[in-house]
Amino acid sequence: MLTVTDLHVSYGSISALRGISFSIPAGAIVTLIGGNGAGKTTTLRTISGLLRAKTGKVEFLGEDITALPAHQIVARGLSHVPEGRMVFSNLTVDENLSMGAYLLSDKALIAKNREYVFSVFPRMKERLKQTAGTLSGGEQQMLAIGRALMGNPKFLMLDEPSLGIAPRLISTIFEKIVEINQSHGITILLVEQNANLALEVSQQAYVLETGSIVMAGESKKLRADPQLKATYLGG
Amino acid sequence: MPRPHLYLLATLACAFGLSHFSGRMDPYFLDVLTGVGINIILAVSLNLVNGYTGQFSLGHAGFMSVGAYMAAAVSVFLGPRLLGESGGTALQQGSLFLAALITGGCAAALAGLAVGVPSLRLKGDYLALVTLGFGEIIRVIFQNFEPLGGALGLNGIPAYTTIFWVLAFVGLAVFVVTCLVNSTYGRGFLATHDDEIASEAVGLNTTRYKIVAFVIGAFFAGTAGGLYGHFKMTITPTGFDFTKSIEIVVMVILGGMGNTLGVILAAILLTLLPELLRPIAEYRMIIYSLMLIVLMLARPQGLFNFKFGKAKL
Repeated sequence: MLTVTDLHVSYGSISALRGISFSIPAGAIVTLIGGNGAGKTTTLRTISGLLRAKTGKVEFLGEDITALPAHQIVARGLSHVPEGRMVFSNLTVDENLSMGAYLLSDKALIAKNREYVFSVFPRMKERLKQTAGTLSGGEQQMLAIGRALMGNPKFLMLDEPSLGIAPRLISTIFEKIVEINQSHGITILLVEQNANLALEVSQQAYVLETGSIVMAGESKKLRADPQLKATYLGG
Repeated sequence: MPRPHLYLLATLACAFGLSHFSGRMDPYFLDVLTGVGINIILAVSLNLVNGYTGQFSLGHAGFMSVGAYMAAAVSVFLGPRLLGESGGTALQQGSLFLAALITGGCAAALAGLAVGVPSLRLKGDYLALVTLGFGEIIRVIFQNFEPLGGALGLNGIPAYTTIFWVLAFVGLAVFVVTCLVNSTYGRGFLATHDDEIASEAVGLNTTRYKIVAFVIGAFFAGTAGGLYGHFKMTITPTGFDFTKSIEIVVMVILGGMGNTLGVILAAILLTLLPELLRPIAEYRMIIYSLMLIVLMLARPQGLFNFKFGKAKL
């Protein structure tokens, strides 16, 4: 579904990605793990068009999207939930969801997506008129994911959904991620620092280290890998 | 009928009513009221850019001067040819003035587009510097452009500005901005302000939103300039310098960024204040500045931070 080939990205003279390649099959949950500054967020931002690649290629559904602006990439069904729950804090939950369907004009489809978001996150229905900035961390993350779902994506990229969220809510959110993948067949690329959790829900994983992929394979096998265990899984 | 339409009708009715009685009103009061109206147009239009969309433009006086000069050029150079020796009827003068104001507004909007397209990819301080530079460039251009009077300014502009025109354009500016930010499309301005990355991630073309805000803001600054020129009957490049831009920015900040009603009240207050302080002549600018500092310390969120219609922030 998504193929990244030899992607190089740099911030000024500092290179953040040094030629990474990977591909994600339709219907899968794939995770990208790695420490701080490994280039995980940079990878997502480059795919969704928020950053420009120096060289390399990003193909989505067979189309080269490397040079497309962000809003045209969203229009093709690739949605990005940015790191740090970037909700529109001054808009209400309802308005945030409407913004997620910004590119859709079919009213029936928007209503259907809204119902779907409510079925996944019933909490959002309760908080409809509340200003997004006043939600708890976990609720804001739900809203950010819900907002992305409003756009009817085929492919969802989640950047650190567990960041700064109460531990009890983390497992709920990860259950929801699996549910979205299974019930709606939405392909998911998950970026996580919490490698244990990410490897648990995903089928395939790539390990990123200072801008290069150092390890790749089935999540199950990687979980058993002694080296990975020592570095990322805490023993 | 949605509320903004009612406001527009009410303002237009007021405009008609006031212009009917303006002959009997104190000329000083009318002058002050005209100044207040022009400042409201400037502040409300800048609020769309600096408040709702969250950009920081310091070039509003530049757009105002483009509008002032273009509108004045229409009535000074085209007016005599179109209206003939007699000066034309009131209706003819009115149509000419409307055409002049729209020309001024469009010229300013074009200038806004020309500045906005390359510079709105910049953020925060950088955008402020670019717009500041633009304002200065415009000033220097008019200062050296002899056909429009050069450094001496453009004189002999007919006094077409009446309280009716001012209030009508105040109504129009408030109406357009309020309707825009309360519309589905307009929510994009607020979203761009809240978080640019998240906006782009849901598929908003944030650059286009910023440019639209900039162009509409510049249009109304241009019409305000046109009204100003036909009110003072003479315009000089120095009348639209950096301090004028700052004055408008202060109105927006004091009123509460992205709060139309607050910004209107701040524009009224900051126009009246120097007038009210006139009796203590030499101390008035000191007191004015001190009051600004105190107000900002006491109410950093804006003096009038409450909701107007649905738009908030």
